[in-house]
Amino acid sequence: MGRSAAWLLVLLLLVGLGFVLDIALGSVAVPLPAVVRILLGQPGEADTAAWEFIVREIRLPKALTALAVGSGLAVSGLQMQTLFRNPLAGPSVLGLTAGAGLGVAAVMLASGSVAGSLAIRTLGVGGSWGLVLAATAGAALVMGLVLALAGRVRDNVVLLIVGMMLASVTGALVSLWQYFSAPEQIQEYLLWTFGSLGGVTGSHLAVLASVVAVGLGLAFSSAKSLNALLLGENYARSMGLVVGRSRLLVILSTSLLAGSITAFCGPIGFVGIAVPHLTRALLRTADHRALLPASCLAGAALTLACDCIAQLPGSQTTLPLSVVTSLLGAPVVLWVVLRRQNIRSSFS
Amino acid sequence: MRPATPLLTAEDLTVGYFGRKKMPRPVAGSLRLALWPGELVCLLGPNGAGKSTLLRTLAGLQPPLGGQLRLGDQELATLNAPARARQLSVVLTDRVDGGNLTGHELVRLGRHPHTGWLGSLSAHDEAQVQAALAATGTAGLAHRPVGELSDGERQKILLARALAQDTPLILLDEPTAHLDLPNRVALMRLLHRLARQTGKAILLSTHELDLALQAADRVWLLSAEDALRTGTPEDLVLSGAFAAAFAREGLAFNPATGTFELHAPTGPPVQLVGDGAAAFWTRRALEREGFVPTAAPAAWRVTATLDPARWTSRLAGGPEYSHNTMSALLRALKPTSTP
Repeated sequence: MGRSAAWLLVLLLLVGLGFVLDIALGSVAVPLPAVVRILLGQPGEADTAAWEFIVREIRLPKALTALAVGSGLAVSGLQMQTLFRNPLAGPSVLGLTAGAGLGVAAVMLASGSVAGSLAIRTLGVGGSWGLVLAATAGAALVMGLVLALAGRVRDNVVLLIVGMMLASVTGALVSLWQYFSAPEQIQEYLLWTFGSLGGVTGSHLAVLASVVAVGLGLAFSSAKSLNALLLGENYARSMGLVVGRSRLLVILSTSLLAGSITAFCGPIGFVGIAVPHLTRALLRTADHRALLPASCLAGAALTLACDCIAQLPGSQTTLPLSVVTSLLGAPVVLWVVLRRQNIRSSFS
Repeated sequence: MRPATPLLTAEDLTVGYFGRKKMPRPVAGSLRLALWPGELVCLLGPNGAGKSTLLRTLAGLQPPLGGQLRLGDQELATLNAPARARQLSVVLTDRVDGGNLTGHELVRLGRHPHTGWLGSLSAHDEAQVQAALAATGTAGLAHRPVGELSDGERQKILLARALAQDTPLILLDEPTAHLDLPNRVALMRLLHRLARQTGKAILLSTHELDLALQAADRVWLLSAEDALRTGTPEDLVLSGAFAAAFAREGLAFNPATGTFELHAPTGPPVQLVGDGAAAFWTRRALEREGFVPTAAPAAWRVTATLDPARWTSRLAGGPEYSHNTMSALLRALKPTSTP
């Protein structure tokens, strides 16, 4: 068995473990055997109806959301790093996250209040269709701009700068709005920026899951193109890749993934940048046919782990997910990068 | 004997860039070219003559500004990217380290135009990869990360990738740049052997004029002002075209030695008597010191013999001195020549 296959198996086990743990942990601790029984649809006699309700209605959707968020962000980050041949690229480089933020800010400004701080705090970002739609509109706007420009710009470096400038402009618009807003509105927006996995249930979860599935499908179908792009655009072109079309597919996939995830869960930093580095270091390969599934699994595992920590086992409060991903993720990436030293030479 | 059809032909080709407002900015024009199977062609010319632009245009990486460019019997522009990639492969000057790529993975990428949408390699593809590694002598580099290879090793593994692409045409843009002399010689020898053994047409641009003149079957000589000249290296040298192309850069090409003059003559003529290696190296030493070695009688007369190594020098009318080393000879000549 190759190194890649072995790690894929390990990561799969970690995802399974994280999934069950994430459901078990929380303000009401549910014993692991009961979790497994409920998930398998065979509640035992000792299991209370309350456990069943908590697991089915709250924690299972949240764990599923974590799967979608982790795998989606990690895969879009990997695609951006390869396309732009830049180790600092991530899902947010195209300005989609900032676009979603602008959408949310615009709606908050127009209506005074959409969800209310209490609602965001208890239900999470995904609990309000208003916020989701606003963020989707913002992300879609930026995505449209990026796709239109990507067709005209031949150079990837130029495109990278375009994305960063779009992010900068939208960020500035949000700051402008904050400057003229009441503190309550800003607090509401601030809560949105912390990101959360809660509240994505029922039809919300169905929509998020399907969009992420489409985005992942597009990404996996680009594996061969991404491999060719490792040598840069000119070599890729000389090997028969239609670079413009492949680039559009990669951008479309990333936009769907990053846009939908940010719309439903708010901006969740770090997973997108860190996980691809982590998987490259673990698998020691550049082959996207291995890196894509591995990033998927590693992203899901990391997000589940972060959510477990965010529950603060045994306590009533939950920490903002974005904070946990950065607190946990940054040291991991630092360790990987410092251990390898040659990260710069991994990209041109 | 040449096969009936060239692999690549160009008629009245103009290459260059599109500048502001899509204004064409030609770099070289009226090019008439043909590449035949089994030949190694070196594209030479001073800086700025458009070597890289021409090569990139032939590779289909940038559109020509005018004229016809055909691969076999098809217009290059009408070929789609995968079809073109099965006809010609390239080695570029672009930096390549691609995160974690090993030599083997890099060469496998060469099979890109031959694999399905998943990019899985069949047994035949893998055999081609192994053959490319063997032909370039890079099997030992297969499991090392490309980022850790030396310049010479990386150039060879990139050539292996182009070979694995299994195309009748290979274009290389300055493959000898950044290589030290032994690696430059080894690479040129390898390319020459590949052209002969595999019947591929190999075109490379280079600044290595000495090596190119020795290794190339034909030379394409591009100069900033004149039209492109093509021919065997020897024809271009003897017709003076070669010297003319580089004369404007202030370089004097000596057809007698096949090298560019490094030293401008400043001193008096010296009659040099001798033959073989002794005479050759004595000539070099005299030229370095600014003398003008001639066969005709001159005020200074120098003789050189190799076995035993011995030199004599005599100024007209003076006594003859004998020297055991070249440096002794030069010391004897110098005091009178320095102004």
